[in-house]
Amino acid sequence: MSVMTYNGAAIIAMAGKDCVGIAADRRLGVQLTTIATDFPKIFQMQPKLFVGLAGLGTDVQTLKNLLEFRMNLYKLKEERDMSPKVLSHMLGKILYSKRFGPYFVEPIVAGLDESNKPFLSTMDLIGATSEEKDFVVSGTCTGNMFGMCESLYKPNMEAEELFETLAQALLSSVDRDAVSGWGGIVHIITKEGVLTKELKGRQD
Amino acid sequence: MTAGSQMNANNLHEPAAGFDFSNYLRNQNLLQTDGAAPKLKAKKTGTTIVGTVYAGGVVLGADTRATNDTEVAERNCEKIHYIAPNMYCCGAGTAADTENTTALISRQLELLRMDTARPSRLVTAVTLLKRMLFRYQGHVSAALVLGGCDLQGPHIYQIYPHGSTAKLPYTSMGSGSLAAMAVLESSWQENMTEDMAVQLVQRAIGAGIFNDLGSGSNCDICIIKTDGTVDYRRNAVKPNELAPLRAQVQRSGRLNMRPGLTPIIKSEFKPHPVVAAGGETAMEVE
Repeated sequence: MSVMTYNGAAIIAMAGKDCVGIAADRRLGVQLTTIATDFPKIFQMQPKLFVGLAGLGTDVQTLKNLLEFRMNLYKLKEERDMSPKVLSHMLGKILYSKRFGPYFVEPIVAGLDESNKPFLSTMDLIGATSEEKDFVVSGTCTGNMFGMCESLYKPNMEAEELFETLAQALLSSVDRDAVSGWGGIVHIITKEGVLTKELKGRQD
Repeated sequence: MTAGSQMNANNLHEPAAGFDFSNYLRNQNLLQTDGAAPKLKAKKTGTTIVGTVYAGGVVLGADTRATNDTEVAERNCEKIHYIAPNMYCCGAGTAADTENTTALISRQLELLRMDTARPSRLVTAVTLLKRMLFRYQGHVSAALVLGGCDLQGPHIYQIYPHGSTAKLPYTSMGSGSLAAMAVLESSWQENMTEDMAVQLVQRAIGAGIFNDLGSGSNCDICIIKTDGTVDYRRNAVKPNELAPLRAQVQRSGRLNMRPGLTPIIKSEFKPHPVVAAGGETAMEVE
């Protein structure tokens, strides 16, 4: 089994009207055996800035710690919060520095910038970044997720509708992928706060 | 010690410069346990890129599709990278490599301009690129078409991942290079006007977009003139515009998600912490 499908993951992030949502499955597996159904893949780096990490579980955790470390250094030096664009670029550079021995992770950065406008970006495992205005996907069933997003997505959705759309896109995608699923978690970030919901999904 | 950082007297935990090979051995072991496909999928740019010289400068063209194996990762990516005010570079191959290599050389050239107080020359950029790419023996997979105008006139260079270069009046690179070259070979002339050159490049890229599966979406054009002006036309031609087609499709009512549709186990709302307004107050000294 490929190293990128060893643990299994599915992450989608979508932009709405002055809000962003990011959703992930909860499974941690060792090839086809499930060993946890509460494995976190989305991490809140700042009140309005989330990072989703899909790929090899150990690198997900290592990279999360490394990102937090570099972010804290930045905050100490600069005395201000890190904007989503800066985090995205920094993550891209960290991944590229390991070009010939990469972290097996394909991250997604989702957040609201200083003017509360949505920011979405994704990158491959060596840091080639792309910013998108509508949605970004990452994980073991990207084909499914692209299909669901292209069908369900509408621009300028409010938080409630964005949640339902994200949740349905994620659940339908992971149901056709053996190594991802076992529940889901969705975060909707608005300028007021973060709405987090745990989804009831198929446990198979 | 956190990966990718070094201690030194002045700056604790400064990130190390250059490539970091500390995960190399671990990754070799991990990849050996792989079943059929030990190759990792990094985003490639598939690509059709062309460059041509004309009477008043150079014209560069590129498609805008980035692929992950056969999946389209980005429909409208930018493949024409800024190198210097008078130079741009189209990149094919592994996306991360083309981005970072062109950015690195661009910054080296800027430092050199500060040192020498002169505009950059194409030959300098070519030499910097080829020296770096040869050093990495082709493992940095960046195939480039570099074009620009300097004091010696307009130039187009092609640079291969292993470090070989060629100076040409017109060239194409990438998976769609054969389709583009077919157009260039049949229609290229010396001393074209700007319009002729732009039309030629658009047709060449179009040949790549429609005939090569690794290239697609739109065509970007960049015109660099000998008088120093640059005309960067992002999405100059959009032959695959989806919006009119999509507007005709009736979106089914079933796709509108009503609130409460998805079953939920737990729901929680956390308001953002309030940041005290006003910032710092001046220290008062009695």
